[in-house]
Amino acid sequence: MKPELTEEKVIAIMDGYGRSSQQLIAILLDIQEASGQNYIDETWAALAAQVLGVPLAKIYEIITFYSMFSTSPRGRHIVEVCRSAPCEFKGAALLLGNLEELLGIKVGETSQDGLFTLKTGECCGACDKSSIFKIDEDEYGAADFDQKSLAGLFNSKRQESEAL
Amino acid sequence: MAKTLKLVSLGAGEIDPISVSEYRGIGGYRALEKAFSMRPKEIIGEVLEAKLLGRGGAAYPAGKKWAQLYDIHETPKYIVCNADEGEPGTFKDRLIMEKLPLRLIEGMTIAGLVFGSEHGYIYVRGEYRKIQKVLLRAIEAAKKENLLGKGIMGSSFSFDIEIVSGAGAYVCGENSALLNSTEGRVGRPRIKPPHLAEVGLFLMPTLVNNVESLASIPSIVVMGGKEYLSLGHPDSGGTKLVCLSGRVTSPGVYEVPLGKVSLRDLIFDEEFGGGIQGEGEFKFVHLGGQSGAIASKALLDTVYSYSDLRKVGLTVGSGALVVMDSGVSILEYLKKVSEFFVHESCGKCVPCRQGNRVLLKFLARLSRGSLASEGELLNLKRLISAMSRASFCGLGQTSATALKSAWKAFPAELERPAAFDKLQVGAFPLP
Ligand SMILES: Cc1cc2nc3c(=O)[nH]c(=O)nc-3n(C[C@H](O)[C@H](O)[C@H](O)COP(=O)(O)O)c2cc1C
Ligand code: SF4
Ligand code: FES
Repeated sequence: MKPELTEEKVIAIMDGYGRSSQQLIAILLDIQEASGQNYIDETWAALAAQVLGVPLAKIYEIITFYSMFSTSPRGRHIVEVCRSAPCEFKGAALLLGNLEELLGIKVGETSQDGLFTLKTGECCGACDKSSIFKIDEDEYGAADFDQKSLAGLFNSKRQESEAL
Repeated sequence: MAKTLKLVSLGAGEIDPISVSEYRGIGGYRALEKAFSMRPKEIIGEVLEAKLLGRGGAAYPAGKKWAQLYDIHETPKYIVCNADEGEPGTFKDRLIMEKLPLRLIEGMTIAGLVFGSEHGYIYVRGEYRKIQKVLLRAIEAAKKENLLGKGIMGSSFSFDIEIVSGAGAYVCGENSALLNSTEGRVGRPRIKPPHLAEVGLFLMPTLVNNVESLASIPSIVVMGGKEYLSLGHPDSGGTKLVCLSGRVTSPGVYEVPLGKVSLRDLIFDEEFGGGIQGEGEFKFVHLGGQSGAIASKALLDTVYSYSDLRKVGLTVGSGALVVMDSGVSILEYLKKVSEFFVHESCGKCVPCRQGNRVLLKFLARLSRGSLASEGELLNLKRLISAMSRASFCGLGQTSATALKSAWKAFPAELERPAAFDKLQVGAFPLP
């Protein structure tokens, strides 16, 4: 799949932050989100380097240091299961197993339709509802779902994507 | 009688977070108005008298930090708010930012006024991208009402706040790493000294305070340091936001006066945790974050204040209280904590980068049932000592705190703990 992002769009993102290199992390997060595949293509990293006047190596350093970035394509949606202690001991393993089964993939993999990448992560600050999983920026407490409503949630995400 | 006392969380969920008029309706911006009629030194005096201890984890007296920065004459000075909140089991800064962002903004503006600073930054973790948008809208709302921007409240004082995002790195909560990241760089800690007060953001004098600390400033200014102190503990005034998570019936954020409730109250009282969820019994509570110590049943009657906790080897830290029941193995829990540090070590220094890996390997072996030899235990003890002394930043220095406390609390469950205690480390005495 070709990156969906255009040069104009990447530049517009940088303009939104006044082309400030101090806002590099936010800019890269937005580029990653707009990529449709949750990653930062080298083309866009190079463009950002040029427009912001920073070395490409610095951008690479940032992308590899911060865990939210990826240099290779992932699913349209990132499904992340929290594995920090408060969630871990409130059923994170069970939740992860359920999601693996539902999506038909293992941690680190992307579903065949390219919609979901499953990963684990650390505390996202929602431990009052542990065990937690996130789909992109939205947090969900596992206790609020049963098998059926969980499947329903992912189906609605699928339909949203088809409508696009 | 209600044990909760709401100062910093007063009105949370009851008002529209980005409405200045609704915030004014619950007493908002009275502090800033009052601050305009005070001299900066007077305001610092109130913060000193309030004995507000830093709410981000390190418990450094805010008044002292403010007085130090005030005495530095270089300009410009920057006000930076630490909203990285990466500590597992901590979700209280988010409550302020989501529900009462204007209180944080007011607190930062008062800090700006005190230090004659024109620029503030809120560094928010990348996981809180949605909350960043709430903050941006609150900043816009404040600007419209002339409460941020040029000539605030008709004065000659100008102050602006910018939001800076992280992208998933726990170590960025360490204040010097936070400044590196705020500059748009990789967030690894800096060598200290120099103090950040002197050489901070863009190498200029900088104030770094936690969200809850800054959002407590308006109460202190309005009621005065003396009254704020009296509401809490003689050593540490005011209230603390406590985050209850794990196996309690009612997890959540609760605001309590310091020194007025016990750990038992927090975990079992109906007003707070409401006891253990389900069939199990209370086993331990992990306080202050992953780098904090663990308390077993024996310490449940400890009063929740900085000094009472310190006396028994515990800390307030971030305010996290992660409660575990009899179904949880202490060894499995410690392994989880250790995995966290392995994952989050930034890799800058060897004691932390390698030490945490060795610790995890050791715990993994114990949990597979293999016994450690005396020689191994000695090495482990040396390792912990080296990590806590030679690590570059707080992350590595405190990675083994939970393990050390668990060894005391659960001697029977961890293999050969008595042998561990008796071992003399020789050239590396434990602190
Ligand atoms: C590894 C590490 C992570 C930290 N994470 C945070 C954090 O997420 N939020 C925070 O306010 N302070 C955090 N701190 C503490 C800060 O370094 C600093 O003490 C604090 O921001 C100062 O503000 P305060 O005095 O108002 O608490 C962390 C410290 C270390 C060593
Ligand atoms: S102690 Fe750990 S987190 Fe801190 S600088 Fe060293 S490697 Fe990085
Ligand atoms: S531990 Fe999972 S959200 Fe905090």
